[in-house]
Amino acid sequence: MIPDLLNTRGRKQMILLLILALLSPLNWAKEAAPVAEDPVIEKRMLALSEDLRCLVCQNESLAGSRADFANDLRREIREQLKEGKKDQEIIDFLVARYGDFVLYNPPMKPTTYLLWIGPFAFLLIGAAILFFYLKMRRRQIEEPSLTDDQHRHAESLLKDDKGNNA
Amino acid sequence: MIPELGNFSLILALLLALTQGTLPIIGAARGNLSWIALARPVVQGQFVFLAIAFGCLAYSFVNNDFSVINVARNSNSELPTHYRFAASWGSHEGSLLLWVLMLAGWSVAVSVFSRHLPDEMVARVLGVMGMVSVGFIMFMLITSNPFDRLLPAAFEGSDLNPLLQDFGMVIHPPMLYMGYVGFSVAFAFAIAALISGQMDAAWARWSRPWTTVAWVFLTIGIMLGSWWAYYELGWGGWWFWDPVENASFLPWMVGTALVHSLAVTEKRGSFKSWTLLLAISAFSLSLLGTFLVRSGVLTSVHAFATDPSRGIFILGFLVIVIGSSLLLFAWRAPKIGLGGKFDLVSRESMLLANNLLLVVAAGSVLLGTLYPLLMDSLDLGKISVGPPYFEAVFVPLMTPAIFLMGLGPLSRWKQASLPELAMRLRWAFGVSMATALLMPLVMGEWKPMVSFGLLLAFWVIATIFVSIRHRLQNSGQGSVFTRLARQSRSYYSMHLAHFGIAIFIIGVTLVNGYETEKDVRMEIGSTVEMGGYTFRFTGASPVTGPNYSAMRGDIEVLHNGEKIRVMQPEKRTYNASGMTMTEPAIDTGFIRDLYVALGEPLEDGAWVVRVYHKPFVDWIWFGCLLMAFGGMLAVSDRRYRLKINTKPIEAATEEKDGGRAPSGNRLATGGKKG
Repeated sequence: MIPDLLNTRGRKQMILLLILALLSPLNWAKEAAPVAEDPVIEKRMLALSEDLRCLVCQNESLAGSRADFANDLRREIREQLKEGKKDQEIIDFLVARYGDFVLYNPPMKPTTYLLWIGPFAFLLIGAAILFFYLKMRRRQIEEPSLTDDQHRHAESLLKDDKGNNA
Repeated sequence: MIPELGNFSLILALLLALTQGTLPIIGAARGNLSWIALARPVVQGQFVFLAIAFGCLAYSFVNNDFSVINVARNSNSELPTHYRFAASWGSHEGSLLLWVLMLAGWSVAVSVFSRHLPDEMVARVLGVMGMVSVGFIMFMLITSNPFDRLLPAAFEGSDLNPLLQDFGMVIHPPMLYMGYVGFSVAFAFAIAALISGQMDAAWARWSRPWTTVAWVFLTIGIMLGSWWAYYELGWGGWWFWDPVENASFLPWMVGTALVHSLAVTEKRGSFKSWTLLLAISAFSLSLLGTFLVRSGVLTSVHAFATDPSRGIFILGFLVIVIGSSLLLFAWRAPKIGLGGKFDLVSRESMLLANNLLLVVAAGSVLLGTLYPLLMDSLDLGKISVGPPYFEAVFVPLMTPAIFLMGLGPLSRWKQASLPELAMRLRWAFGVSMATALLMPLVMGEWKPMVSFGLLLAFWVIATIFVSIRHRLQNSGQGSVFTRLARQSRSYYSMHLAHFGIAIFIIGVTLVNGYETEKDVRMEIGSTVEMGGYTFRFTGASPVTGPNYSAMRGDIEVLHNGEKIRVMQPEKRTYNASGMTMTEPAIDTGFIRDLYVALGEPLEDGAWVVRVYHKPFVDWIWFGCLLMAFGGMLAVSDRRYRLKINTKPIEAATEEKDGGRAPSGNRLATGGKKG
């Protein structure tokens, strides 16, 4: 061993290795393995489970929760994705098993029409009320017609007002 | 003994609240001066007794009196003292007591800072607050008494929920409640105005600073709640559209509309009935929020139904408060004056449109929050309404609101001209558009949603610049600095709060667009790279806390080959409840957070570790702080401070001020400090 070390070529290599190791102490550290085997499937799984409810948690998504139930269900989704199932098929499977409660994105069906249409209805009704109110208001406030003198006075006031009315 | 003392104080407070809620109002109606004069001392007396009651409850918690059910259920002798104190408001009963204590505190503040108001007005305002207090104290005494005894006493308490054992828990609920309860002042002013029939702009002037202070507290309260969820829940989210979060966000949205509507009512005399309605709604939503969170109805409609006394009382109380206010409003509304005339394109109508958008957004969030409860109680099946729904509804409604936020401050009252606005803002629009298109490239990847979010944020910032520049051009002579100094605090406060919104949007957009997450198996010595940082796991070791045992991971963070710090996330198991909690480690930075959480242990000392890189996430809360600071600045405006001075000085300043602002009569009646 010792003669080997004295070998100049070997020594050079050793020093080179040593320098490399010192320069980047991370090179000898092992890169941690991702929990997921397949990053593509993992990404799809996360996107899916983001909008699914962890049923045993207090309002947490499957993606966020680390409860056993969520871990198991994520594994299930992962496996189904590996089998080549489409996202919608997996969602259908989960709804068949756990009901609509598992979906954070509530489905459009007769019992949820009001939920989905409500905001649009609010906006339309609100805008209509606002519009008619403003129209009515303008009719009600009829500013008394001004004499020429008052007009001039008002205009001079307005001029002074400029820039101060913000 | 101490709990009985607390109970007795609570009953005395109820009697005083009954007096406060009746005699001063009747006195104001009949012109009975001694009954009117009763309001202030009774308010202060009620506060003293509620403070004693709260002190007794806190004493029971701090001294581990497990013969009190509330203490036995929500505390534990191993719990550190400050958490035992905070546990006083950790339960349903205790939080109600905190609520009325704060209501009494706000009432005392009104009684002290209202010297310049007509006495009968103060009597009515305090009377309305007294009635609210009666409802809450009765609710406590009848259905949720915090001092109920447990016989025989428990040997040891079941624990405070570990999630709540955090500094955030100590300050978040009081802040939030200060906001909730603060809206009772705006509500009381509105009801007092309706009762008296004096619905001129005066009440708006009086209630404006109070409303702003309440809004500031609510903003900070929500911000703290969001931040707490971020660093405590272990998955790095900051908002989940959880019903509990929505319950606090609803009054905030309506309160924001109210703050703006009050500005119009005070300055232009318009929107009076709308402002009254908003004041009533903001407080009604605060009540609803308190009950939603605290009654257990959210966890399960059925759990709620097993104890119907609470539910019936809550529903009854809400119906009485909201119903009677709306009836009163309907009765008086026809007499409310319309105020000044304004055109379809004017600052008034833009504020009104923004109000509409905020209220519609609040209505939609309310619908989404209550819908699952309604369906469940009608046996129509269980559904979940979560982030996808709220985002789909909220973002489209807020986009035009943000756009109008840029236009509003630049347009004139009464009548604005669209071409003139377009002229003035074309640069702002061009600059914000160009920046929004280019900025995502700097971040590494162009994403349409990021560009869109940034456009909104930069639009707000650019319009603020245009507005200030325009204002300076019209502020007479002097250097830029003297002209800047000449502007009122309320002017800057508006821009500061709007700037806060822009910062908030930047934070939300960038963290949503560029957040990275890795779920890895880390053996001792192994590393993971993310966002230019290297995380090296050097092992986990057991640590013992005051009431938990934990595994603490050591993760070295290296940047450019240099070690910058060691992060120590924990996985805790609490002794009393056996609950496990993830305690992430966070490295906070101006442009990014590093967030590390321990998952499950593996063989040979390895752990599953979740590592996040969250760019600009702290801007979310920083933006909220700017909004709150803007609110505080508005309240400190000189027109609210002046009234403290003696009369002659006030008159003199008024004259001076009157020269600058033609609507200078706003000083004559003065405001009030909150």
